[in-house]
Amino acid sequence: MAGFKGRHIVHIEDLSVEEMQHIMGVAAKMVPVARGERKSTAAQGKVLASLFFEPSTRTRLSFEASMERLGGAAIGFSDPDVSSVAKGETLADTIRVISSYADIIVLRHPREGASRLATKFSSVPVINGGDGAGQHPTQTLLDLFTIQQETGKIAGSHVGIVGDLKYGRTVHSLANALARFGAEITFVSPPQLQMPSEQVARLKETGASIKATQDLNAVIPSLDVIYVTRIQKERYPDATEYAKVAGSYQITADLLSQAKKHAVVLHPLPRVGEIKEDVDSTPHARYFQQSFNGVPVRMAILALLLGVVE
Amino acid sequence: MNTEVVSQKEMKVSPIRNGTVIDHITPGMALKVLRILGLPREGSRSVVSAIMNVPSESGRRKDIVKIEDRELEPEEVDRISLIAPNATINIIRDYEVAEKHKVALPERAEGTVACSNPNCITNARDEFGRREPVLASFRVIAKEKPVLRCDYCDRDVVNIADQIM
Repeated sequence: MAGFKGRHIVHIEDLSVEEMQHIMGVAAKMVPVARGERKSTAAQGKVLASLFFEPSTRTRLSFEASMERLGGAAIGFSDPDVSSVAKGETLADTIRVISSYADIIVLRHPREGASRLATKFSSVPVINGGDGAGQHPTQTLLDLFTIQQETGKIAGSHVGIVGDLKYGRTVHSLANALARFGAEITFVSPPQLQMPSEQVARLKETGASIKATQDLNAVIPSLDVIYVTRIQKERYPDATEYAKVAGSYQITADLLSQAKKHAVVLHPLPRVGEIKEDVDSTPHARYFQQSFNGVPVRMAILALLLGVVE
Repeated sequence: MNTEVVSQKEMKVSPIRNGTVIDHITPGMALKVLRILGLPREGSRSVVSAIMNVPSESGRRKDIVKIEDRELEPEEVDRISLIAPNATINIIRDYEVAEKHKVALPERAEGTVACSNPNCITNARDEFGRREPVLASFRVIAKEKPVLRCDYCDRDVVNIADQIM
């Protein structure tokens, strides 16, 4: 396994399975620090630049909280209209300048491939915090971490990925990583929101065990993990069409009565009706824990790339 | 005498004295090859011929392009290989085939193809039309019917001919 210090994380495929396992191992040790039960000064004197060219409050705050928990500091912006970008500066120049102010950069950008471009101009590690409809590798890592923590294993787990598999950014890289870990995957979606054939072909190259269905009721008793995604209203100009698709799947406490006792429900959040509130009080609901896990996982990533933890 | 090798069908077009014959072009791609090469050039008197859907010796179909008074640059040959991976380049000098070689699909393509993803950072332009200071670059991930994968946005370019710059 190559060292992490000074590396970039742009794509989930930048990491081997062994490296993902290592990140999760470090993240597990970070949990008490992430909860504020223990203090860390591992990144004291280090600065994170969070460059958010499009809004994503949760991702930005979890990165900034992670850096603070490690004893470091965070600078940055979440509104490109007030940065030099508004004056016509290229992303390349922004990265050149900011990498001379900070020790590590997290970039969120509406253009796909922006993070890969940033790595060519940055003198410090770049972490992709989501680029367009492209990759969001730290979300994938926190999803994997949650599955590992909550079910005890990833290899051999049966994961149902439910909802918008066509446009949902998080599910493409999650499916890739799950396949590489040897999980069994069932895609559950309406026909118009199926996983793109190009993505399915790539997954099959890994020898992954993949099935697809529209029938959530039929598959739910066999699932260890029910990973639900939001169907994005903005993709549907016609409200009636959206309502039809959005109502395709709703996880309820009643539905979960058919699920395995230890099955967990995950969601990258925010949810907008895919999971009914009556699920929150069931032992299956792990999506808020999943959201919290963003902090220890991002702490682990920051610490490893900064070289303050091995 | 090692004269320009042409089939009966090709004899419909006169042999060229000097220039290049691009043979075994994927059927339907001849005009795109001409577009890549910027042919015919305005004001030039040199003859350019495109012969399409010709039966080849193997029984399949092919296109042929003949370009008078021009030998291709290696970079032009690389670009042709992306849309016609089985093409052969015949350099003609004084009616003879002076050189003959197959195009070779490169492992990578840089600066020759635009990404087909309109939201790719390599396609971004600011209000003055300026772009980021990088060339679109790709890995060749399939060779028989070439497919390119963008180094930046990771999308696949399947209809390469439409994206040639």
